[in-house]
Amino acid sequence: MIKNISNLGDAALYCDFGTEINKEINSNVIKYFRNIQKNKIPSITNIIPSYNKLIITFDLSKIKYQELKEIIEKIKLDNLEKNDEKVIKIPVCCDKEYSLDLQRLSKNLNLSEEKILDLYFGKEYFCYMTGFIAGMPFLGDIDKKIRLKRLETPRVKVPKGSVGVTEQFCNVYTFESPGGWNIIGNTPLKVFNKSNEKNPALINPGDTVLFYKIKKEEYLNWNE
Amino acid sequence: MNKTYFEIIRSGINSTFQDLGRENLYHIGIPFSGAMDKRNFLISNALTGNKKDTAALEFAYQGPLMKLKNGKINFAITGDVNFNIIRNSSKIEKGNCYQTYNLEHDEQIDIISTNKSIYGYFSIKGEFDIKPFWGSCSINTKAKIGPNDGNKISKNQKIYLNNVEGNFNTKKLNYINSKIEYIRVIKGTNFNYFSENAKKFFFNEKFTISKLSDRMGMRLEGKKIENIVDTNIKSEGLIRGVIQIPGDGNPIIMLSDHGTIGGYPKIAVVISADYDKLVQLQPASKIKFKSVELPEAEKLYNYYNIETESLIKQIS
Repeated sequence: MIKNISNLGDAALYCDFGTEINKEINSNVIKYFRNIQKNKIPSITNIIPSYNKLIITFDLSKIKYQELKEIIEKIKLDNLEKNDEKVIKIPVCCDKEYSLDLQRLSKNLNLSEEKILDLYFGKEYFCYMTGFIAGMPFLGDIDKKIRLKRLETPRVKVPKGSVGVTEQFCNVYTFESPGGWNIIGNTPLKVFNKSNEKNPALINPGDTVLFYKIKKEEYLNWNE
Repeated sequence: MNKTYFEIIRSGINSTFQDLGRENLYHIGIPFSGAMDKRNFLISNALTGNKKDTAALEFAYQGPLMKLKNGKINFAITGDVNFNIIRNSSKIEKGNCYQTYNLEHDEQIDIISTNKSIYGYFSIKGEFDIKPFWGSCSINTKAKIGPNDGNKISKNQKIYLNNVEGNFNTKKLNYINSKIEYIRVIKGTNFNYFSENAKKFFFNEKFTISKLSDRMGMRLEGKKIENIVDTNIKSEGLIRGVIQIPGDGNPIIMLSDHGTIGGYPKIAVVISADYDKLVQLQPASKIKFKSVELPEAEKLYNYYNIETESLIKQIS
């Protein structure tokens, strides 16, 4: 449930679901997100779910903060329908040229590269949110043994398709972008596809992701 | 009949089509985009008699040099812009902003520079021959979406025009873009992450706008804003106008093409009424913040809209 609603500037609601990050809190965020989206409340311009917050932007020439806050407060969770989450399989190649940080990870974690990958591929991940760049999924939680901070100096360019880990999370860089996550592989799959106009993001909040390892040959010959 | 088009002889620094932006896509990482300076965008459409959400060509610092082919058009440029019209007689006519002009086949428009500002708008009576993508004709060069395959306008390309015929009376507006002494903000959700001294600096000191500023964000330099809680927050949504303070203590203001998720504390948010003025501030110029409360910000936005509407009514 929403613990507190405050204003973020003059044209957004900041809904706080708590400070922890877990699947239960995040599922509530996503339920609210889908409910508000489905109800098509006029004058709302964007709804941005994240781990434990929901930001709602609105058209200030049509509605004011206090009025919209009251509308959101009236939303009841028991009116919410079941979500249509999917399970998505993502092929990843971990050859040296794609796993830019695996060697360093192995050294810093004091684990062999094989062990790190075994732990990584041995779990399914929950999608908490998408964003930062178009379609980038924020997934979790990775095994406690392979958690590490971001790079001290972020890369100016992380290659498109890179699969990264940091703290309890993993992600996929849908575009070449600056970024500081530890890169352990690369996927040939198009995780964001603008020509799919209705559903451009392959992975959406609430979905489950299963990564599996592929050989370089398969990577190079990948055909969607 | 051959279609009317512009031949782009010089593209300018960052020339893109923009309209009122794209809604309801933040959750997949797509920001609003849209015209940076909404007021000047709306006035340019009003001058050329277009609907208010018709896409205009937005340019930054230096705009395009373009030659009209196959037809006659009526256009307007808004902002604080130096431009010339190169007539068929080879005569160079100095253009004025906030006024419509006619242009004939083979005549050229040279958008030389913006004056002590960044963005300007070029509208034609009728419309550019472009298609909306996800409800908007705004080009987002980062996600590569919108017309022109999501790319900025480039040299030698052709821009086709539709419905350019009509009444070509000259329209005019007497308007000068006013200067702003300070940018008004509302305290952010992490305001208390900063030391008492830092909070004081934030509202008393001037910051310098860095060269590393674009449609995504504006970086500021000045006294470091000291964080006493945590230089990171759990990643959460970002909106236009949010001022984040990363670990190095230098503020970054999120602008129209910003990343939709961020993990730096939010010290403040620029009020909606001051956004158009904010985006026009050039690198190396100074900026000072003033704190206002929500009811005042709401009132100021209302005044700002009334003022824009009254400007549009003054067009004659």
